[in-house]
Order: sequence, then C-alpha cells, then structure tokens
Amino acid sequence: MPGPYKETDLTERVEAFLSDLKRGGSGTGPLRGSAETARETTALLRRITAQARWSSAGDLMEIIRKEGRRMIAAQPSETTVGNMVRRVLKIIREEYARSRGSSEEADQQESLHKLLTSGGLSEENFRQHFVSLKANVIEVINELLTELEGTTDNISMQALEHIHSNEVIMTIGRSRTVEAFLKDAARKRKFHVIVAECAPFCQGHEMATSLSKDGIETTVITDAAIFAVMSRVNKVIIGTQTVLANGGLRAVNGTHTLALAAKHHSTPLIVCAPMFKLSPQFPNEEDTFHKFVSPHEVLPFTEGEILSKVNAHCPVFDYVPPELITLFISNIGGHAPSYIYRLMSELYHPEDHEL
Amino acid sequence: MADSGVTEGPDKKDDMQFDRAKSEGKELTKEEKQRLRKEKKQQKKNKEKKDDKASQESEKEKKPLGSAAPASQPPTQSTTQKAPSAVPAPAPVSVPASEAPVLADKPAKSKAELKAERRARQEAERASKQGKKGETGQQAATSKPKAPPNELQPVVKRLPEHIQVDNPDVLKKLAKKLERQQIPGHIADKQIPLRMDYGYKVSLFSHLHQYSRKAPLTQQVSIPSTVIHPAVVRLGLQYSQGIVTGSNARSVALLHAFKQVIRDYTTPPNEELSRDLVNKLKPYISFLNQCRPLSASMGNAIKYIKKEISNIPSQCKEEEAKSKLLNCIECYINEKIILAAKAIAKSAIEKISDGDVILIYGCSSLVNHILCEAFEKSRKFRVIVVDSRPRLEGREALRRLVQKGISCTYVLISAVSYVLPEVSKVFLGAHALLANGYVMSRVGTSQIALVAKAFNVPVLVCCETYKFCERVQTDSFVSNELDDPDDLIVTRKGKTHLKDWQEVPSLGLLNLVYDVTPPDFVDLVITDLGLGMIPCTSVPVVLRVKNVDQ
Repeated sequence: MPGPYKETDLTERVEAFLSDLKRGGSGTGPLRGSAETARETTALLRRITAQARWSSAGDLMEIIRKEGRRMIAAQPSETTVGNMVRRVLKIIREEYARSRGSSEEADQQESLHKLLTSGGLSEENFRQHFVSLKANVIEVINELLTELEGTTDNISMQALEHIHSNEVIMTIGRSRTVEAFLKDAARKRKFHVIVAECAPFCQGHEMATSLSKDGIETTVITDAAIFAVMSRVNKVIIGTQTVLANGGLRAVNGTHTLALAAKHHSTPLIVCAPMFKLSPQFPNEEDTFHKFVSPHEVLPFTEGEILSKVNAHCPVFDYVPPELITLFISNIGGHAPSYIYRLMSELYHPEDHEL
Repeated sequence: MADSGVTEGPDKKDDMQFDRAKSEGKELTKEEKQRLRKEKKQQKKNKEKKDDKASQESEKEKKPLGSAAPASQPPTQSTTQKAPSAVPAPAPVSVPASEAPVLADKPAKSKAELKAERRARQEAERASKQGKKGETGQQAATSKPKAPPNELQPVVKRLPEHIQVDNPDVLKKLAKKLERQQIPGHIADKQIPLRMDYGYKVSLFSHLHQYSRKAPLTQQVSIPSTVIHPAVVRLGLQYSQGIVTGSNARSVALLHAFKQVIRDYTTPPNEELSRDLVNKLKPYISFLNQCRPLSASMGNAIKYIKKEISNIPSQCKEEEAKSKLLNCIECYINEKIILAAKAIAKSAIEKISDGDVILIYGCSSLVNHILCEAFEKSRKFRVIVVDSRPRLEGREALRRLVQKGISCTYVLISAVSYVLPEVSKVFLGAHALLANGYVMSRVGTSQIALVAKAFNVPVLVCCETYKFCERVQTDSFVSNELDDPDDLIVTRKGKTHLKDWQEVPSLGLLNLVYDVTPPDFVDLVITDLGLGMIPCTSVPVVLRVKNVDQ
C-alpha cells in the first residue's frame, strides 16, 4: 500500500480506538472486558510497528510512547492499556539487545554492583539500525497476543487445585476470570457460591444468573450482609481491575470490606488476575487512584430538591492492601503478594514505568 | 367457690366429699358434681404443667428434637381435652350462683366447719404433693427449686417457634395453637390464619420463615374480623408492608393499639379482668407475630403490659382498672422511650465536638434525635449517612437531617472504606443489646463497625435500656429475620437480570434483616437510666439490677 494511505489508515484506527476507550470506561462495567482491551491494544501496537515510519529502535519507542500516552490519557482508569504499551517497549528493548549481540542480563539488571562500577548513565541510545528488528519485534508481539488469548484458560485450569467439595465460596461483583474459574471447578466438584451484588451497579446479579445456569448452587446477598454470612464461608475468590506494584489491589468498591471481613474470620482471600493486569503504579497517588461516576446512581434525581443540599459520592474502585491477600492466581501459576515486585521486574523495564 | 385455690384434688378428698354428699341430701350432689368437675379440670391442668416441665427438661438435656415430638403430643392432647370441658364449664358456673342462696338456709356452722376441714386436708395434700414433685423433678435429671426473684433465675426456655421452621412438628404445633386461640363460643373458621412461606429458601437459613410482602396475612382474615380488634389488624398490616419500621416506632404503635383495645374492652360476666384481658391479648400477639416477627423491644413491652394487667387487684372496678392500665402504658412510653431519648441525647452531646465528622448508618430514631439536639446546641459538625440496598432507609435519615439544616454527605455501604479516613466518630443505633454483649442491629452495622475498627475510628452505640434482652447469640444465622427476597431485584438500563430467579433451581436470593456485632468492635454504649456510658459487656449487669428493682 502506498505510504500516505497507510498512515491515514493507521491514524484512523488509532482515533477509533481512542474514542472507544473514552466511551467504554464509564464505570458501569466496561463495555469490553480488560482482556479484550489488552488484545486490542496489542493488536494496534503491532499495526503501528508494522505500518509507521521508523528507522531505529529509538524512533519506534518514541512513536509507541507517544501513542501510548494518548491512549492512557483517553481512559486513565483502564490500566491494561498502559501495561501493554510497557510490555511492547520491553519487547523492543530486548530484541534490540539481542540483535546487537550483547547479552540481555548484563544490560537489563540494575544491580547495586553495576551502579557503583559503571559510574554514569548507560550508553544505550537505540540508534543502530537493524534490518531484521521489525520482523523480530512483530513475531514477539504475536507471541504476546497468543499468550493473552490463553490467559483465562490457563487460570481456570488451576481451579481444581484450589476448590474442594462442599465448600462455600464468596465473591463480589462480576469478573469473567472468576466466572470461568468457578465453572471449570464445577465440572468435577460440587460447591456453593455466595455472590455479593456490589451496589449500585449490581453486577453480582449477572454473575449469579450465569453461574446458576451452569448448575452451581448460587445465592445473591446484599453488600450489607457480607460480614453477617462470612462466618460460613470457606474461601473468598475475587477478580480485580489492577494489581499494583506493592501487591495491593485496585478492585471494585466493596472489596476492601470483603477483605477485612475475610481477615477477621481468617478466611483465605484468593485473587484471580492475569499477568496483563499487573501495573507498575503505586497506590499513594491520591488524585489518580480514585475514579468517580455520576452520583445519580447513588441518589437518583427523583429524590427531588434534597439533591442540592447534599454531597453524594459514587467511587468505583477500592484499594486493598497486600496484607489482606493470601494468594494471587495468574496465568503463570500462583504467587504470594510479596512476589509481585519480582514479576514486575521481569515484565517491564524500570525506565518505562513513567511513560 | 373456694375450690379455685386447690392445686391437686386427691382421691381421699373425693371419697370424703362423696360420703358427705350422700349424708347431706340431694341438693348437694349437683354442687358436689360441679366441684368434682372443677377439681378434675385442675388435675388435668397440673398434669399438663408437669408434662410441659418434663418436655422442657428433656429439651434442655439437648436430646434430638424427635424426643420432643412425643413430649409435645401430651400437652396438645390434654389441651384439646380441656377445650371441650371448657365449653360445659361456663354453663355450670352460673348454677352455683343460684345454689349459694339456697345453701345459706342450711346451718352455716356446718358449712364453715366443712370448709376448715377441707382447707386443712388441702394443705396436707399440697405438702405431700410438693415432696412427690421434687422426686419426679430429680428423676428427670435436673431439679428446679422455686427461687426467690432476686436470685439467679433458672433458665428454662422453650426454643421459640420462629427459629424452628424446618421442624414439621413445630409447625403443626403452631397451627394447633393458632386454632386454640379463639374466643370460646365462636365458630372454628374465625381464627388467626397461618402465614405460608414464600420462595426458595437458602439452605443456611431453612430454619427461618420467609414471607412475601405481596401476600399479607390480612388477605386471609375475613372482614369484619370478630376475633381480632381492628386496631390490631391495621397494625399488623402496617408491620407486614413496612409502613411502620424501626424498633421504637413499632413498640409505640403496638402500645397505642393495645390502649385502644383496653378502651374497647368490657369484662364478660363472671370473669376477672386481670385474667380475661391477658387471654384476649394472646390471639392479637400471635396475629402480629405472624405478620412480622416481634422485635425484642415489643417483647419487653408486652411482658410489661401482661404484668401490669395481672397485678390489677380483683376488687378493682372495671373503669378504674382500665384507666389505671392506660395510665401505666402512657408512663411506659414516656419513661422508656421519650425521656430516655432525652437522657441519652444529653450524654451523647458531650461526645460531639466542633469540627467532627460523624458517620451514621440507616435510620435510627435515637441517633437522629441526638444529632438534631446537638445541632440545636450549636455544635459544628457534619454528617455522613451510609445507606444500603434494598431498604434504603438512609434516605429517610438524610431528609430529616437536611431539614434541620445539618450538612450531609450520602454514600452506599460499599463506599465506606473510601469515606472512613475523614470520619472522626461513628454513631450506631441498635435493635437490641444481647446479654453476652453483642449488639443486634440492622444488617450492615457489624460491617461498618469492622471497617471503622480497621481505620481506628471510635464506634458508639446508642440504645435505651428497654431494648436490653436476655438472649445470647454469637452469629447472625441462628435467629434472624428473612425479608421478601423479591426486594433484591433491580432494573438497570432496562435489564432485570434476576427477574425469573424462581425458575432457576440453583439460584437463591437472601434478604437478611438483622446481624450481630461482636463487642470488641464497639467502644461505648450510651444508654439511659442514669447509667450514661457503659461498655458493651455490662449489659447483663444492667439486666440483673433492673430485675432486682422490679
């Protein structure tokens, strides 16, 4: 295809994706799940790699960083977009290093010894041109895409290791990962699921109908009854929106209460989260952590003139500290929360944490 | 007749009386027959009492409920036997009234002599019977001495019916009890209907009732209902439809309805007001219990009324007695609810300082009163109202506070970890305080206390003393109330996911009403009766002191 058409086609696609992101994340449950967002982001980045004009790895990284910043700005709460951008950047760095012939470990690891002996900043400027770089990068991005497609299945394959018969499992809201996890376990084991409906969006209702159609014994409870029934629950299995760098969670609101109740009753809290949800963010950025939606979900306009005299809040996310979490189940296996920092260093390069 | 004081009718006494009858002529035989009939009735009553005690003891020994079933059969049998005997009893009662003037012609001395003889014999028999009863008590493994009221009361309670719904024998017994509680002389179909459970019950709660709001009990009650007073029917409907909610409101409404009942009451001839009125109230209480299970505060109010009624001396005239009762009820409402609220508000205002951010949950009349009083005393504070589905009672509290001019914030309970970092105190209301220090309140209260504890925010519970109750409970399962499960259904963006939940066999909806908060989450209880602020664990001490005073 001739050059200008390629570029306009590419910008069109990028714009379409951005407007999709802006519309989709209204907090009432994404119109697309985070897995889909991750796949679409990666596919778009692959297209950028293939069709944009660049001569060296540094140029490519600049382009991807620029587009990445725009995508993150469109929907800041959708962290999978940023995560995929960082993954691709790391892929580019690795491929560049491999093409140059230098071993990856010497370059990537920032050890204290290296800092002391090297003295100045590293000399990498990614200016060398390699012919096969494009092909290699696209190949690795394809591998990443295959990995993304198999995450849910990889997680649900581990279900039978964690659920025994006659258990009472509690969950909150709606998570496609947890749904697949429980349905897979239900093929062989019989257990009971209690779903907290998670007002005001009440996504728990959808989850409960979906689980009960598969023959799983399900009960829907209100958010207020979480502590009341917790004494009879054997395990709490939840999904999350993001896994933070310290092992904490950014999950749907009500999860912190659930985690505290589980801790009080010494019930294990298991988080099913695929690796693309791992984000290098920390929770102490006050103004970027919380996201709010229209308070009419909480206090509808039918309430009348009282609305002008009252503040109503409707936060979407909750922070769950890592001390309350027992186990993370991801597509590469199970980990303790204290191991998350290590996984992060394998997925992302430290210089990409700030895009 | 003096026979009403007899506890046991021994056979010896019968023989003596028969001989006397034969010797004293024909007129006495009728009187003797009536006396004998009355004694037989007393015997059966005492036998039933003994059987009840035996069944209570067997339940206390924690035998499986199967053994309680045969034990519950004799009481029902003896009561059904009593019912037909109760019908002919009123008829002969009128006869001795006419016989008495005839007897007066007879030598009075012989009658007094006979009375004295009979009394002496009765005392002797009673003493021997007490001894025998002591033996049978020991045979049933636990003996219950009659303790004076200010020592430890023996805790022999039959398990309440409303937490044994999964036992079919208990349900049968309840149905029979509702049949029995009708005014004698009325036709059998004018009785208190038994309310049916609705929908699929979650297996963890199969021992509780679950009713639907769309099928109120009053649909099965005929109009006009001659068994149940119309004020009580109206009250039952208000309870079951949720028009009157909140333990204070329910108690006050109950007491007002009973005042109306007492005003319209007339003692039937040859009955004592103190006994007959209590019996009249029993079917009303069963009816209200069927409409919505009684709360702890209502239970205490009913106990108080029954005690006051039975303490009315028998020589009191009806008008005087009624006005005395109405006065008692007014005093109760005034002391225990209205003045108590004022006293609690006075103590609580000391705990509210300027610049405070106070979190409240749901709609508690007492907490609203405290906040309004504090605002009138020009304390500067703001309030965060936390609410939960499906009742959304917090909106009512929000309206009342905003009307006063207090600045408020409103969130749902899932957002409570977002708001708590800026909260300085949490004020909670209570439905009842249990004797082991647990706080029974609206579902969600324990959750708020838990999260507040995690953020180190003090939790203060405000409760009047008339809500202190002697039950103990450690979790929210064994004794609770299940509300209509259809309340959980919601339509969002045109889609109702749970619309056909009844058709899916493995789906259940759970709508709990109460939960219990452990005492380690509660920092302080503010109460009345001059106690001010006490820890949660002092509730049994207060109960004991109150019982001694009364």
